[in-house]
Amino acid sequence: MTWDEMVPLLRQGTLETLQMTVWSTLFTALGGTLLGVLLVLTERGGLLPVPAVNKVLGAIVNIGRSLPFVILMMAIIPFTRALVGTSIGTQAAIVPLTLSAIPFYARLVETALREVDPGVVAAAQAMGASRGQIIWKVLLREARPGLVAGLTVTVIALIGYSAMAGAIGGGGLGDLAIRYGYQRFETGMMLAILVLLIALVQVVQSLGDLAVRRLTHK
Amino acid sequence: MIQIEKLRKVYRTRGREVTAVDGVDLTVREGEVFGVLGRSGAGKSTLLRCVNLLERPDAGRVLVDGQDLPALSGGELRRARRRIGMIHQHFGLLSSRTVAGNVAFPLEVMGVPRAERAERVAELLELVGLTEHARAYPAQISGGQKQRVGIARALAGRPKVLLSDEATSALDPETTASILELLRDLNRRLGLTILLITHEMDVVKRICDSVAIMRDGRVVESGPVRELLLRPGSELARGLFPLPDPVLRAGTTVVDVTFEGDGADRPFVSTLARTYSIDVNILGGAVEEIGGTRIGRLRIELPGEPDVNAAQLAHLREAGLAVEIHGTAGDAPGAPATDPATDPATDEEAPVS
Ligand SMILES: Nc1ncnc2c1ncn2[C@@H]1O[C@H](COP(=O)(O)OP(=O)(O)OP(=O)(O)O)[C@@H](O)[C@H]1O
Ligand SMILES: [Mg+2]
Repeated sequence: MTWDEMVPLLRQGTLETLQMTVWSTLFTALGGTLLGVLLVLTERGGLLPVPAVNKVLGAIVNIGRSLPFVILMMAIIPFTRALVGTSIGTQAAIVPLTLSAIPFYARLVETALREVDPGVVAAAQAMGASRGQIIWKVLLREARPGLVAGLTVTVIALIGYSAMAGAIGGGGLGDLAIRYGYQRFETGMMLAILVLLIALVQVVQSLGDLAVRRLTHK
Repeated sequence: MIQIEKLRKVYRTRGREVTAVDGVDLTVREGEVFGVLGRSGAGKSTLLRCVNLLERPDAGRVLVDGQDLPALSGGELRRARRRIGMIHQHFGLLSSRTVAGNVAFPLEVMGVPRAERAERVAELLELVGLTEHARAYPAQISGGQKQRVGIARALAGRPKVLLSDEATSALDPETTASILELLRDLNRRLGLTILLITHEMDVVKRICDSVAIMRDGRVVESGPVRELLLRPGSELARGLFPLPDPVLRAGTTVVDVTFEGDGADRPFVSTLARTYSIDVNILGGAVEEIGGTRIGRLRIELPGEPDVNAAQLAHLREAGLAVEIHGTAGDAPGAPATDPATDPATDEEAPVS
């Protein structure tokens, strides 16, 4: 395979990988934050203690986290098809990617929120802050460095999962790696994909670290 | 201004019950600095947190400025809390906000418009002397400055009452002095009523008008600082004038005499010795300056058993001194005998609940 043949394929694959990663990151950030906040709110001694709800949410998160991605992806094909009309392609891959990343990120959100100084929460309560104000202005705001660090880890995990998704019809760099690198022994292609993936992960990690540094005032 | 009646708070954790506050009655008058003194675990923080309902009491009433807080609904309680400032041992500042941002926070909570907020923040920072540090983050300033931010923040809603939980415990002695000075100043200038919790006698000595001593969830002694110091047998006096347990010898009387003023205008020891031609032995003593007046305590030993010294003791009392007689070998050891008839403090309320 010549360089000229590889470039358009690689460009297309990278775009698809980015597409899957960006969209699933977006949905995960929303869903995971929501779930993480709910986990912290509803726990015993939380701002809105409902231990029963907390137990159910915790169980859902644990189940979600214990399913291997590839299995989850196949298991929810009917759901994916109902949602986006197809079970193959980049768009379809976003569904299982998001579903598997939400519980993962929710736990990271939970940990980050728990690290917020309870003294600051008490101070806000003493000032007469409402629950919503405490969630927005204290918990999520104070936990920002942790939330961003957690999101960075999640994005990198999503890049990895998206390669797996590619292997079963999702497109992207993973798909290229299987079709050219693995099935046709195109070593050059395989190498190029590896380099691209490594570079992508490096860039994400550096951006994440930078953001965390900017947000930390310690 | 703050009235606490029969307050009880029980913590239940996995079958274990801790009665942190066990039937406390307290009255904090408008414009005074009221200290609650006690050892670790006495229930001081719990008591304070019950005043603004950070902890919900199990029984009793808490009235702040005439409002019965436990009876309020969620929204009403939040509004009432905005009229009660609170400062914390570990400051409780938002690390993600600047000094100015932290002071603006309660104003945001109250829904004060942005322009007005900026103006008020500037005013408050000026008040606590932090104008230059407005844009610094809490991590970049010292402990004393952090507590000043805490104080500015607590005053944002123009409260009538300030609650302080060990506000100076994390600070060094000089910084503690400057924070106490600031609180005293705010108390005088703004007429702010302050209820403060401490385990340091020094804090009481420096700024409190009244004090309550807590032990095991109960108030064992309370009243104006001056009165308690003059009251024979008071724990506060024992804490502030630490004299060792008296060594009682048969045939002598050991007496603790508490006096006000600098003592020079009352040379009572020499007068006593001269009047009755006796040898007065000085065993120990201490003088402290409290609220602008000096109060001292002297332990003296008189020859003869207490009954022999009746005239001498009456003489001391007539001179306006508070007299506490330590039991001699015949009495129960250590139990101070006081004479209620001439005890200057007995007509004051002494709730020993
Ligand atoms: N949230 C809680 N759950 C269970 N027990 C508690 C809780 N808070 C306090 N206690 C218990 O209540 C008692 C009084 O605690 P509190 O914090 O009021 O004491 P304190 O006088 O403020 O002590 P310190 O000087 O150490 O701050 C202690 O025995 C403590 O263990
Ligand atoms: Mg305490």
